Amino acid sequence: MTNNINNYKTVGKNVRKVDGIGLASGGHLFVADLADEDSLVAGILTSPHAHARIKKIDISKAKKLDGVHSVLYHGNVNRVPHTTAGQGYPEPSPYDTVMFDNKVRYVGDRVAAVAAETPAILKKALDLIDVEYEVLKPVFDPEEALAPGAPIIHDEEDAKVIIPVEYDKTRNLAAHVDTKVGDTEKAFEQADLVVEDRYTTHYANHCAIEPHISHAKLDPHGRLVITTSTQVPFHVRRIVSQVCEIPIKQIRVIKPRIGGGFGGKQEILLEDVCAMLALRTEKPVLLEYTRKDEFISSRTRHPAICDTKLGFDASGKLSAISLKVILNTGAYGSHALTVGSNSGSKVLPMYPCNDIDFTLDSPYTNLPVGGAYRGYGATQAVFGLECLMDEAAEKLGLSPIEIREKNHIRSGGTSPIFKALGEGTEGVEMKIGSCGLDRCIKMGAEEIKWEEKQNKQASKPWCKHGLGMAILMQGSSIPHVDMGAATLKLNDDGSFNLLMGATDLGTGSDTVLSQIAAEELGVAVEQIIPLSSDTDVTPFDVGAYASSTTYLSGMAVKKTAALAKYQVLEAAAEMLDCKLEELDIKNSVITGGPSELTLEDVGRHTLYADNQHQIIASASHVTEKSPPPFAAHFVEVEVDTQTGKVDLLSYVAAVDCGTAIHPKLAEGQTEGALVNGISFALTEEYIFNDKGKMLNPDFGNYKICSTQDIPKIKTILVPTFEDTGPYGAKSVSEISINGALPAISNAIYNATGVRIKEGPFTPEKILKALNSQANNK
Amino acid sequence: MIKVSLTVNGKKHEKETAPDTSLLDFLRSIGVKSVKKGCGKGECGACGVIMDGVYCKSCIVLAIQANGTEIKTVESLGNAQNPHPLQTSFVDEGAVQCGYCIPSMLLAAKNMLDKNPEPDEKEIRKSLDGNLCRCTGYVKQIAAVKKAAKIMRENKNDQ
Ligand code: FES
Ligand code: FES
Repeated sequence: MTNNINNYKTVGKNVRKVDGIGLASGGHLFVADLADEDSLVAGILTSPHAHARIKKIDISKAKKLDGVHSVLYHGNVNRVPHTTAGQGYPEPSPYDTVMFDNKVRYVGDRVAAVAAETPAILKKALDLIDVEYEVLKPVFDPEEALAPGAPIIHDEEDAKVIIPVEYDKTRNLAAHVDTKVGDTEKAFEQADLVVEDRYTTHYANHCAIEPHISHAKLDPHGRLVITTSTQVPFHVRRIVSQVCEIPIKQIRVIKPRIGGGFGGKQEILLEDVCAMLALRTEKPVLLEYTRKDEFISSRTRHPAICDTKLGFDASGKLSAISLKVILNTGAYGSHALTVGSNSGSKVLPMYPCNDIDFTLDSPYTNLPVGGAYRGYGATQAVFGLECLMDEAAEKLGLSPIEIREKNHIRSGGTSPIFKALGEGTEGVEMKIGSCGLDRCIKMGAEEIKWEEKQNKQASKPWCKHGLGMAILMQGSSIPHVDMGAATLKLNDDGSFNLLMGATDLGTGSDTVLSQIAAEELGVAVEQIIPLSSDTDVTPFDVGAYASSTTYLSGMAVKKTAALAKYQVLEAAAEMLDCKLEELDIKNSVITGGPSELTLEDVGRHTLYADNQHQIIASASHVTEKSPPPFAAHFVEVEVDTQTGKVDLLSYVAAVDCGTAIHPKLAEGQTEGALVNGISFALTEEYIFNDKGKMLNPDFGNYKICSTQDIPKIKTILVPTFEDTGPYGAKSVSEISINGALPAISNAIYNATGVRIKEGPFTPEKILKALNSQANNK
Repeated sequence: MIKVSLTVNGKKHEKETAPDTSLLDFLRSIGVKSVKKGCGKGECGACGVIMDGVYCKSCIVLAIQANGTEIKTVESLGNAQNPHPLQTSFVDEGAVQCGYCIPSMLLAAKNMLDKNPEPDEKEIRKSLDGNLCRCTGYVKQIAAVKKAAKIMRENKNDQ
């Protein structure tokens, strides 16, 4: 494989995003646009209580209402324990959810569902459902939830795990991991410097601008067709089959264009209910969340308490790490084990050392449910780690850059954590192939003018200027677990259909994967017609998560293209009466033979003339490794000491994602992620009352960044070449959401001397810290 | 029920609807589905339209308030065969990720450029302030508006 990216024709080029113009001209491409006009509208009645048993539920008045077609509740739907986490089978998340239960476990939990002819009737019907609750004592604090005597949230008999992992619902323990390498006790004893502290991260919502939405209907043959906004169409098919107790072959799942996901749509949230209503009513049904539902009833970023401890020798070399994570999974254990495990596995290897302790406890509480969210555990754990690195640097007389340069992982390096910590199982031993961290740090520091601006004065006398940084890693797919597959089929005009299970949710993966196919085949990207995803048509793919699409599905596409190319050349050799080995495809022309043929010639010949056959190839890919992308983030701030407000002046993200198949899209992934990270660090916050009810479920009160809130942003793509990835590519989509929390906290410290260890960094919090600093002086 | 009649991109529509129907729901019910719903409360900006020359969020306008008006949606800019410079700039600059926020954002940008053909970055940011996008981080969209403004000025000069 050549690793000179300049030799590529399509890879590394900013080709036009394949779905761009259709989207920009308002094409009817989303679930809501495609729903049948005569669909029933469905809605869900949710719990007003954080913890309660349903003593009685009367649906009779709702059912009798004219225009109501079905009412579902625990009394008329079978109890099938499952997980809503859209993960591969067997899922590492506990089976602790049923479609409807006789118990509710958080404000926003499902109680009943209705399908009706109009939104007005639906609303009336939901109001007419009479529920009598026996309110139970809730528990909101994750540490209290684990303490003896806490209310037991999953006291039902049938909640269980289906893989051998630690799970103890009698103690509210949804997941537990204990990984030890070496002897940290001894290492900390021998260390010249030990720094330790508790850093906590908060609830957050994905805020995809398109809320969750599903449409289900029976086709004329009685098969269930679900069109849904999902990152995981094949897992939707499997889990709907499980929960609705119908065979997989009876279900077709279509994923049209998706209005953003960020992990939130790696969850089977609406599809089971929507499908059940369509089965019961034999009518098309549309079920969508409102923005309020999104905040209250969908999934969130698991809040975490991370106790981190680092040991160093006098030179600043890291000798030991201990990381104890308490990950609040809320009312259900969706992704609890895996997000928690990733807090270790996607963070600790950044600084290899031999003595490492990692523990995870993930308690159930009566609060909103955690789930997959871009960054997936790394976001939570890297906050404390990167702030403590700065603290240690200061104590050791090193600069933040020096301490990281002394300790970060490099090409050829490894960490015992790779093997010790997987996703519910052991991990996979791995040596780092590509690593551009050195250059990321150097280029990022230059761009932000790290040295020059060290003692820069703030713009106003009462403001303070500061700089902060953090380094980051993530992964690319889950090795030996994730699988992606693709099919390529030659048409009679020389174009190819590229059928993929890989799920473009707005990321641009249809474009990136088309580029990979085009490069391998020797055709222009316009010759590729991508389709993702339709479980009846496209081959399997686990879906868009774990930063897997470019790396894993990309390799499946590359392999498929190589097979398709071979078939093309085989046919061409026959047509030209020459040896296959002499031939190649360049810009859709078969070269190297006695005369030239176009792909159109080959397409037409194989379909209509001699030795007729369809040129069609499929290949699958499973990865051996999960090569981390790396990044260094730098931020420049001014802190107003009168108001506590942090102003971001500029933000630089230098990212090593291997080869950027489409640089503009890779930058876009980085910018989108880092702005989400900034917004998480500064303003996004769930505010609960003492009954566990979220008080700010709208964009007016849950503030995400708009164009006015962003600093000057600079993305630097630092090219490396990952031998195991397609054309040297690794992942890019998740990593850059993780930088803002630690980098901004470090910058606030640099500016003011106060450490903010808990997000979000609101003016109130900063002012309070500044005041207590002043009082202590 | 009340009768609402209005013009969308030059085409007349008339339909009976409940008095509390929002313009957004009304438009979608008559098949104008480029107008998106992200919150229904005037807070996300996905539902923008231009009503009698004024950019507004259609979820917080009642259909009946729009009676007799002329509505423009993103289809008025161009289509895949004949796209507007704003549409091509958005795509070429990488400003379109999932695309859900884009039709409305394009209208907000168009509305601003009609009044201010040579905006600086601050003015661009201000004009898109009401359009939340969770995918892009806005960097590419600001660049795309700048680029489109330039193309539009050049096109005008050529005429
Ligand atoms: S749907 Fe109108 S502003 Fe959000
Ligand atoms: S492109 Fe997805 S919300 Fe803007």
